[in-house]
Amino acid sequence: MAQYLTLEFLAMLIGFMLIVVGLWGMITQKNLIKIVIGFSLFDTGLNIVIVSMAYIKNSTAPIIDKAVDVSQAASKVADPVPQALVLTSIVIGLGVTALMLAYVLRMYREKKSLDINSYTDLKW
Amino acid sequence: MIKKGILLLLLVGFVAIIGSLLINFTGSNELNPLARYYAENGPAEVGAANLVTAVVVTYRGFDTLGEVTILFIAAAIVGFFLKVMNADNGRPNKLRKTSEILETASTLLVPTIFMLGVYIFVNGHLTPGGGFQGGAVIATGVMMIILAQPTSRFNHKLISVLESVSGVGFVAMGILGLILASGFLNNAFLPLGKLGSLLSAGAIPIIYVFIGIKVGSELTGILDSLKENQNEI
Repeated sequence: MAQYLTLEFLAMLIGFMLIVVGLWGMITQKNLIKIVIGFSLFDTGLNIVIVSMAYIKNSTAPIIDKAVDVSQAASKVADPVPQALVLTSIVIGLGVTALMLAYVLRMYREKKSLDINSYTDLKW
Repeated sequence: MIKKGILLLLLVGFVAIIGSLLINFTGSNELNPLARYYAENGPAEVGAANLVTAVVVTYRGFDTLGEVTILFIAAAIVGFFLKVMNADNGRPNKLRKTSEILETASTLLVPTIFMLGVYIFVNGHLTPGGGFQGGAVIATGVMMIILAQPTSRFNHKLISVLESVSGVGFVAMGILGLILASGFLNNAFLPLGKLGSLLSAGAIPIIYVFIGIKVGSELTGILDSLKENQNEI
C-alpha cells in the first residue's frame, strides 16, 4: 500500500483519471463543443502522466541554481527530456484545439446546429 | 441500448488497460543514461541553467522548429477556414457593451501582461519559462484587449510581418550555428558566458526571443480570426 502513497503515483492517477474522463466525453457527448473539451482533457491528462513518469524520487526541478550544484546535477534533478516533450505536446494541443474550434464554428455556420447527430453526411 | 453497451465496454476495457499500467508503476530512483548525459554535460556544453531549455532549444532544437511549424500551420488553417466567408462585415454589432471595470483594468493590465511575457521569454534559459510560455502570456494580453474592446481591429500586416521575421530569424540562427559552430541550431557560436547570468548560453536567448514573438503573433492571429466571427453566428 505504501508504494501507492507517493507523489508520482498520485500525479499519474490524476492524469489517468483525466484521460478516462476525456475519452468518456469524446465518445458519449453529443455537443460538438463538449467533444472538443473531451479532447482537451485527454491531452492534459496525457501531459500529467508523462511529467509524472519523469519524476525521480527526492529530486528537484532540472534548473541549475543555489539548490542544485553543477557537479552533482545528475543526482539531484528530475529527467528533463519528458518535460521538454510535454512542452512540445502542450503547444501542439493548443493548436489542435484551436483548429477543432474553427471546424466547429464552420460546421455551425452550415447547419446552425451543434448536435453531432445532425451531421450525417459521413454516416453509413 | 446496444450502442451504449459497446461504449461502456470500450471504456471499461480502456480503464483495465491503463489500470494495469498504473498498478505496476514504480517510480524510478535514478536518471536514465540519456538524461544523465544531459544533466552532466548540459551546463558545460550549452551553458543554460535551465536544463529543459537546453534540451528544447539546442539538443532537440530541430523538434522545436517542427513544433513552431505545426503551430504556424494550425494558425494558417484557422485563418483560412474562418476568413473565407467573412464577406458580410456591414452587419450591426450585437455585442453588449463591456463594463467600465473591465475597460479601465485592461488599460492598466495589458502593458503589464506584455512586459511579463517578454520577461518570461528573455529569462527562458534561467527560469522555468521560455518562448512558448512567454508568447502564450502575450496572447492572454491580446485576449484581454479583445474582451475589453470587442470592436477593436488588429493590424494584420504587422502581425504577419512579425511572424515572418521571427520565423526567418529562428532558421537563420540555426544556419549560423551550422556555419560557425558544429551543427544546425548549435548555440555555441556566441560566447557561452557565465552560467546563470542573463547574457549566457550563447544564442539561446536570441532564439527564444524569436520563438516568443512568433508564438505570440501566431496565437494573436488565431484569437483574431475567432473574434472576427463572433458577429456572424
